[in-house]
Amino acid sequence: MTSRVAADVVIQRAAALRETLRSGFRDEAVRSIFTEATRVARRAARQVADRRLDFDQRVDRIVTSPVLGLPIMALLLAAVFWITVAGANVPSALLASLLFWIEDQGAGLFTALGLPWWVTGFVWHGVYKGLAWVVSVMLPPMAIFFPLFTMLEDLGYLPRVAFNLDFLFRRAGAHGKQALTMAMGFGCNAAGVIATRVINSPRERLVAILTNNFVPCNGRFPTLIMLATIFVGAQFSGVFTSIAAAGAVVGIVGIGVIFTLAVSWGLSRTVLRGEASAFTLELPPYRRPGVMRILYTSLIDRTLFVLWRAVLTAAPAGAVIWILGNITAGGTSLAQHTANFLNPLGTAIGLDGVVLLAYIIAIPANEIVVPTMLMVYMGTGQMTELSSFADLKTVLVDTHGWTLLTAVNLMLFSLLHNPCATTIITIYKETLSKKWAAVGALLPLSIAFLVTWIVATIW
Amino acid sequence: MTTHACDSCAATAELERMGVKLDRFDRVVALAGNPNTGKSTLFNALTGLRQHTGNWPGKTVTRAEGGFEFNKVRYKLVDLPGTYSLLSASHDEEVARDFLLFGRPDVTVVVVDATALERNLNLVLQVLEITDRAVVAVNLMDEARRKSIDVDVRRLSRDLGVPAVGVVARTGDGLHALLEAIDGVASGATTTKPARVTGTPEFQRAVSQLVPLIEAAAPGVPNARWIAIRLLDGDAQVEDALRTGRLATLAAEQQHGAERFSRKIALEGAQ
Repeated sequence: MTSRVAADVVIQRAAALRETLRSGFRDEAVRSIFTEATRVARRAARQVADRRLDFDQRVDRIVTSPVLGLPIMALLLAAVFWITVAGANVPSALLASLLFWIEDQGAGLFTALGLPWWVTGFVWHGVYKGLAWVVSVMLPPMAIFFPLFTMLEDLGYLPRVAFNLDFLFRRAGAHGKQALTMAMGFGCNAAGVIATRVINSPRERLVAILTNNFVPCNGRFPTLIMLATIFVGAQFSGVFTSIAAAGAVVGIVGIGVIFTLAVSWGLSRTVLRGEASAFTLELPPYRRPGVMRILYTSLIDRTLFVLWRAVLTAAPAGAVIWILGNITAGGTSLAQHTANFLNPLGTAIGLDGVVLLAYIIAIPANEIVVPTMLMVYMGTGQMTELSSFADLKTVLVDTHGWTLLTAVNLMLFSLLHNPCATTIITIYKETLSKKWAAVGALLPLSIAFLVTWIVATIW
Repeated sequence: MTTHACDSCAATAELERMGVKLDRFDRVVALAGNPNTGKSTLFNALTGLRQHTGNWPGKTVTRAEGGFEFNKVRYKLVDLPGTYSLLSASHDEEVARDFLLFGRPDVTVVVVDATALERNLNLVLQVLEITDRAVVAVNLMDEARRKSIDVDVRRLSRDLGVPAVGVVARTGDGLHALLEAIDGVASGATTTKPARVTGTPEFQRAVSQLVPLIEAAAPGVPNARWIAIRLLDGDAQVEDALRTGRLATLAAEQQHGAERFSRKIALEGAQ
C-alpha cells in the first residue's frame, strides 16, 4: 500500500523536473506525437493516382494563410457590412414611412372615437411608436446581415475564422473556440453566451462569457451604422460614403476584437488564472450553401427570433419614454430633469446626460438608444423618426453641439458598455452565479466609462 | 488485408451479437476513435442494433455498451466518446482517458479513418502511450479506394507495433479479421510492441527518473511511464489518483488476483 507521503514525493519530484524542461515542453510533446503520426501515415498511406491538390486544400492554403488569412477575413467582414449598410437604407425608409403612416391613422382613429389625448398618446405615440421604430430600423439590416452571415457559416468559413484567430486567443490565455462564440455575438450577445457551451474548460468558458459583450450585437449595429454614416461617411461623396461608413464600422468591430483579447488576457492573468487548453479543430469540407436552408435559418431562427425579442422590450420601453416625456414638473419633463442630473457625468466622458438617460432606458434592449436620445433632444414627448440622415445631423450638430468626439465616444460607449438585460439574465442562467452575472454587467460598463473618459480627456 | 472465406458475410458464423444481454461476459473491449470515423457503425456491426445507453458517471457524456460472442468468448464492448486526443481537459477526453487508465479494458480497438490517416494516428499514438493491448481498425477502406488512397495495413501494423486491420464497417467487410485480431490480443496469443514517442533527451531523462519513484509509490502499476509523462505535464487528475491511492489499489488488486478492476468499472460504470 502506498502512503500519501510517497505520492507527494513523486509529485514534488515531477514538479522539480518540470523546471529542467524547456518552457515549450508541452507543445513539444504534442508536436512530437504529430510528427510521429505524420511519419507513420506517410509510410502507410499513398496517394496512388496522380491527383492534384483538391479544391478545399487550395482554398484553405489562401484563406487560412498566416499572411493573407486575417486581411481576407477583414475584407469579407467589410463587404458584409457594406452590403448591409448600402442595402438597408431604402427598405428601412420605406418601412418607416409605412409604419409611421399607420401610427397617424391609428391616432386619428382614436381621436375620432373621442378617446382622451393621453390614451391616444400612450398607445400610439408611446407603445406603438417604440415598436415601429425598432421594426423599421432593425428588420432590413437583419434581413440582409443574417442571410449573409449564415451563408458564410454554411459555406464552412467560420471554422477557418476560428483557425485564423486561434493563436491570438491562445496568447490571451483563452480558448480558440472563443472566436466562434465571438462570431455568434455579432448576431446576438445572449446567443453568443449560450454558444460558449462548446468550450469545455470552465475557466475558458467564463472568459468567453464575460468578454462576449465586446463585439457589437445586431441591436447595436444600427447605432454604429448611423453614427458612421453621419459623421464618417459624410466626409466623403458618392459611392465612397457607404464604403467609408462600412470601413468605420469594421474599425469599431476591430476595436471590439482587441478589447475581447485584452480583457481575456487580463482575466486569464488575474481572477481566472490558467493556461489555454489544446483542442483539435476539424476544418470541414467547403459545401455549396443550400439556399432554402440559409433562408430558413437566417430569417426564421435568427431574424424573427431577435426581432420578436426586440419587440417585447421595445413596447414597454416606448411606454416609459412616453411617460417620462409627458409628465412635467416645473415646466420641464421628467426626462429632461433626469438628463440634466446626469449631464455632468455625461460631459466628463465626452457625451451628455441625454445619452446616458437613453442608455438607462435602453437596458432591456439596445435597439432603442437612438430614438430615445432624439425624443429628449427634440422635446416632442415621443420617439421621433427623422426623414433623412441630413436632418439628423442638423439636429445633433447644430442644435445640441455634437462634435466628432461625441460621435466617436458614443460609438465606443455603445461598443463597450454593459450588455442588455437579456444577455445579463443569460449569463446568470449559464453560470448559475449572481457574482459572475454582476461582473458580466459591471466590468464592461466600467471599461466603457474609463475608455470614453480617457478619450475625452486627451482629445 | 487478410482474405477469409467468409470475409464479406458480415458477422461470420462464429460471431453472435448479444445486444444488451450483458449479464455474463469474459472480456471487455473499449472502442475509441476520432469523431466521424464510423465508430458507431462498427459498434452496431459487432453488437447488433440493441445497445445499452446511459451516461458516464458524473458526466453528461453518453455511454453505450453492447455485447458479442466470438469463438465461444463473450465480450462486452464499451463505446468511448469520439475524441481527437487524450490530452486536453474536455469531458469527453477525460472519460475516454479514465476508462483506458482505470478501466483497463482487455483490448482497446481504435477506429481510424483510412482517408485521413495522419490526423487519426495522433489518437492511436496517445492510446498506445497508455495501453499496449490495442488493435487498430482502419475503417472506410472503400472510401479510401475511391479517393485512390492506398493504405498499406501491414506496414501500419508493423510501424505501430499492434495489429491493424482494414475494415468497411458499413458492409461488414474485414470484421472477421478484426475479431481474430481482438481475440489474439485479448488471449495474449498476439504479442504487441507499441510504438512510443521518445521526445528530447532532457524529457527522457526526466521520465526515467520518475518511473522508479512511481513504481515504489504504487507497486505493480503497469503504465508508470505514461503516469510520469502526465505528472511532468502537471496533470491534476493523475496527481490526485496517485495521492488518493487509486492507482496503487488498482495495482494491488491486479496482483492478488482479486476481481479485475476493469470488470467492476465496466459493469458499474465507475468507482
